[in-house]
Amino acid sequence: MSTMTSTPPRRHVPLSERPKGSSYRRFKDRSATVVLTAAMVLAMIPLVLIVFEVTRRGIGVINLDFITQTEPPPRREGGGYAAGFFGTLYIMALAVLMSIPFGIATAVYIVEYGPNRMTAAIRFFTDVMTGIPSIFVGLFVYGLVVIGWGSMGFGTFAGAVAIAVMMLPIVTRSAEEMLRLVPNEIRNASYGLGARRWQTIVHTVLPAAAPGLTTGSMLAIARGIGETAPLLLTAFGSGLVVTAFQGEPQGAVPIQLYRGAAQPFEAGIDRAWGAALSLFVLVLAFTVVARWIGSKASTGSR
Amino acid sequence: MSTEAPEAPAPEEPRRGALRSGKGRMADPIFKWAVTACGAIVLVILALMVIRTTSEAWPVFAKEGFFGFLLGEDWSAGSSRSEISGTYGAWPFIYGTLVTSAIAILIALPLAIMVAFYITHLAPNRLAKPLSYMVELLAAVPSVIFGLWGLHWFLPNVLRPFFEFLEGALGWFFLFEGPVRSVGYLAAGIVLAIMILPIMTAIIREVIVVHPIDQRMAAYALGSTRWEVLRKVVLPASFSGIVAAAMLGLGRALGETIAVLMLIGGSQAWGASLFGTGSSMASHIAATFGEAAPEARTALMAIGVALFLVTMIVNILARVIVWRLGRMTGDAAV
Repeated sequence: MSTMTSTPPRRHVPLSERPKGSSYRRFKDRSATVVLTAAMVLAMIPLVLIVFEVTRRGIGVINLDFITQTEPPPRREGGGYAAGFFGTLYIMALAVLMSIPFGIATAVYIVEYGPNRMTAAIRFFTDVMTGIPSIFVGLFVYGLVVIGWGSMGFGTFAGAVAIAVMMLPIVTRSAEEMLRLVPNEIRNASYGLGARRWQTIVHTVLPAAAPGLTTGSMLAIARGIGETAPLLLTAFGSGLVVTAFQGEPQGAVPIQLYRGAAQPFEAGIDRAWGAALSLFVLVLAFTVVARWIGSKASTGSR
Repeated sequence: MSTEAPEAPAPEEPRRGALRSGKGRMADPIFKWAVTACGAIVLVILALMVIRTTSEAWPVFAKEGFFGFLLGEDWSAGSSRSEISGTYGAWPFIYGTLVTSAIAILIALPLAIMVAFYITHLAPNRLAKPLSYMVELLAAVPSVIFGLWGLHWFLPNVLRPFFEFLEGALGWFFLFEGPVRSVGYLAAGIVLAIMILPIMTAIIREVIVVHPIDQRMAAYALGSTRWEVLRKVVLPASFSGIVAAAMLGLGRALGETIAVLMLIGGSQAWGASLFGTGSSMASHIAATFGEAAPEARTALMAIGVALFLVTMIVNILARVIVWRLGRMTGDAAV
């Protein structure tokens, strides 16, 4: 400060006659731009490569047989992941039934009945739950459902519990944000008409937030479909179509994909690429449709 | 349920009717109770997780001792049904987890900062939205696809030649000592870096976006170049966000299972060379769980508990930083 005031003011020089900015500083700025652009390109390369390679090697594998037939021994060609697709569908349906209602209800509690100590704790631990390693969720469900209370053994239900535990915090956090976006005027208008709190929530707040809730739930499903590690420890994997609710190991696409990729025969690896493409397309479809619903809703309301 | 809202009150006395209607009066506390119970489920699940797994793993900790388990170098699984007969030292797996995560963070953090800078400051407006969208898309790719791609395309086509070059150039250095086996710590770490890049970028980007624009404008007005603004205004302001992003990325890297399992090689040995094969904690659980005897599953549960502890500490630290940040920016907005 003092040094600034003590320097004597210099004679005024018109801008046009001043020397251009130091070339070193401009050089640094230029090279930083180049480096940052290069970093961006470098970061995009893997995505492009993955999409390209999965599509290239997977596209030839996927046909009707791939979805309707079970897998032959890895050495032989043909056949498909019917067991995995059926298992994934079964597990995901159960997991959705378990996680989405509870997740949305939790968000309702946090937003409509908070903030208090309990909601703060729930919010914090929901955040923490998103960071729990998926393999640990698998171990937990193994300890709780498979060998724990009731010793139900490996199966569809155990896998669904694990996936539901993975999805729950994602559903809760996104639903919470969506409920917060519902303007208070809507709630007050509902109260003003004599509605009770639960009526306000069920008939006014939830419908107003419905598109956002759908977005969050679909993103959670997209996450759940690709989970592999917890299923290895709970559903355990199966090469045959299993309709049992519990007690028999159940298959799933990610498990079959993992096992196919880890064995040495070319035919099995090809099927794994096919499974990768179908998983990728599923995840992509859920993600894109979810974003589309979300963006449509947010532009529509304004 | 829905019938009683408008119809219940008699037409001539709407207000009294609405207030005094006995119908639906009980519904409010019941609804609140139900929603509260759902909220409490999260807490119950977490408590159950800790109790169930710890009690399950307790015999192993009791036999080896907590630090004996963490630092023991010998893992030879027994096959007993009822007692702990093998030796369980988890250090090789802990080492694998630490090394792969460290590689991933070292590669991904600078890249994430640069990508976030690029998206927020350099990208043309038309490109910024699709770019951050694509980064998010990368986050949605299931890890088993990363594993498949890494093992059957990235490794033979890119990493293997790169490793051979590294070994040739830096083979005298103990980290890059041969032989090159393609799968190993470095391969797993590099693919992990690709996997955690999106979430780290997203967090840093958000922190930069909420940073008030006046300071940047003031710096430009003082004649700073764009690089100087980024380096001297944006970077210090987003420092805590960068720390939080690093922690969250680290949490992801520590817990990642399938991709690491497919790329780390799955041996029980450990060594200083980054080309060496090994196992991470999560990958060892997934790899050996299927064929393990009940006793060994108990020991795998113990690895899980240790992994859970480490990731929880990292995650809670990250969340606390993010929360304090949120409160800071929230106050600034008011």
